[in-house]
Amino acid sequence: MLLIRCPYCGMDRPEIEFRHAGAAHITRPGPPDRVTDEEWAAFLYLRDNPKGRVAERWRHIHGCGRFFNAVRDTVTDVFVVTYKAGEPRPPESLAPEALTPEARP
Amino acid sequence: MKFSLFSLLHQGLTGNQGWQPQWRDPAPKPAYDVIIVGAGGHGLATAYYLAKEHGIRNIAVLEKGWLGGGNTGRNTTIIRSNYLWEESEALYEHSVKLWETLSHELNYNVMYSPRGVMMLAHSVHDVQVTKRHIHANRLAGIDNEWLTPEQAQEFCPILNISRDIRYPILGAALQRRGGVARHDAVAWGYARGADRLGVDIIQNCEVTAIRRDASGRVTGVETSRGPIAARKIGVVAAGHTSVVMGMAGIRMPLESFPLQALVSEPVKPVMPCVVMSNTIHAYMSQSDKGELVIGAGTDQYTSYSQTGGLHISQHTLDAICELFPMTRRLRMLRNWGGIVDVTPDRSPILGQTPVPGLFVNCGWGTGGFKATPGSGHVFAATIARDEPHPIAAPFTLERFTTGRLIDEAAAAAVAH
Repeated sequence: MLLIRCPYCGMDRPEIEFRHAGAAHITRPGPPDRVTDEEWAAFLYLRDNPKGRVAERWRHIHGCGRFFNAVRDTVTDVFVVTYKAGEPRPPESLAPEALTPEARP
Repeated sequence: MKFSLFSLLHQGLTGNQGWQPQWRDPAPKPAYDVIIVGAGGHGLATAYYLAKEHGIRNIAVLEKGWLGGGNTGRNTTIIRSNYLWEESEALYEHSVKLWETLSHELNYNVMYSPRGVMMLAHSVHDVQVTKRHIHANRLAGIDNEWLTPEQAQEFCPILNISRDIRYPILGAALQRRGGVARHDAVAWGYARGADRLGVDIIQNCEVTAIRRDASGRVTGVETSRGPIAARKIGVVAAGHTSVVMGMAGIRMPLESFPLQALVSEPVKPVMPCVVMSNTIHAYMSQSDKGELVIGAGTDQYTSYSQTGGLHISQHTLDAICELFPMTRRLRMLRNWGGIVDVTPDRSPILGQTPVPGLFVNCGWGTGGFKATPGSGHVFAATIARDEPHPIAAPFTLERFTTGRLIDEAAAAAVAH
């Protein structure tokens, strides 16, 4: 089971308190009457599904209940960093103190 | 060497010293007519049917690890065709019909055992959905029947049909032609059959890039063992499909999740059939070695780690212990994970892609093993003829743009 740091609660909590909510930073296209079928398909269905670092949404459903984002490595499952919803995806190289303990060099 | 009673007797009487390797270990040639990426069951079946039915014998099957070492060797080997929609029924029933004669076809015992697959209903909603499936299947000519709890227990005597458990059994759907097969033997049988028809199965050969010409058409692949040219490439890479298709610049409607399974210590025969419960996330059968083979659910997050969270297995074992009280003192020998590629509508993607010469067979999610022969058969026809096989036609990549999804999520949200 993963330990996940909720950026709102500021605590490492077990995975069963959280709900994974899919890839992060996917922007809904618009306005709807000008969006092509291809653009809708890309928004609704196409995913990067990377082998490596992925930005994804999580919800602390059995804690504060809030959505936040995380960068996680899909090979090791190590969380690199978690950050609040609305913040941009952090750069690839971060200062060690910004990383989760497992992701520090 | 053809396997027969005579060859078995002859080898038995001469000390079993004459058995030969069942497929070659060739070095890659500079060029092939067709390259299949991935030597799992589906990829090997595709190569076999391309060689046997379409006369294309200059084929390489490239495998980054060892043959059958991915989901083919990690699944719980359940075979059934009782899906809800007509498109799925046609595809999976095509496969079941091929399973019925596969051992003879390959001259290789794949140990197909149609012992019956029973799917449990635990709530009023389950009962309604299950009966809807049964009626849909019977309209399509596929066997599936409703059992009362007492009939279910008669079919599987170790089943707990007590009314005072957390999720009591209200009934079950039974497909008698469903069952199991030996997963490794399926990969080995197809590998042997394809190899004898001239197909090169090249292991430890990871594809690192897909090469294309100025018009966009594929011209070959770069691999860890050098470049290999081909005019047609079929990607059958299961959990790694997004990675391989990304080499051709195609984003896929796929997400890869770990799916776990586990086996108990071997015991005497206690389990005459397959029992599945989608509602409480558990399914179980017994292997010929005596191990109880148990399938769990997927983790909630995408991953390529080939492991899964222990709490997922525990959740399944909670359900198994309640459904089958005699398992409570059994020890589990091993658990493992495979990476399954899941589509938004829980149906596979089979066919051509926007890149000329590039074909894809993926998205089998949590339940691809049952489809191995049918998937290979229709995918081979699609590659050979450059047009979708009629059974594969509804499963193209375009359905995510047109909206003609084949929504089997209700049938297979967890167990598949």
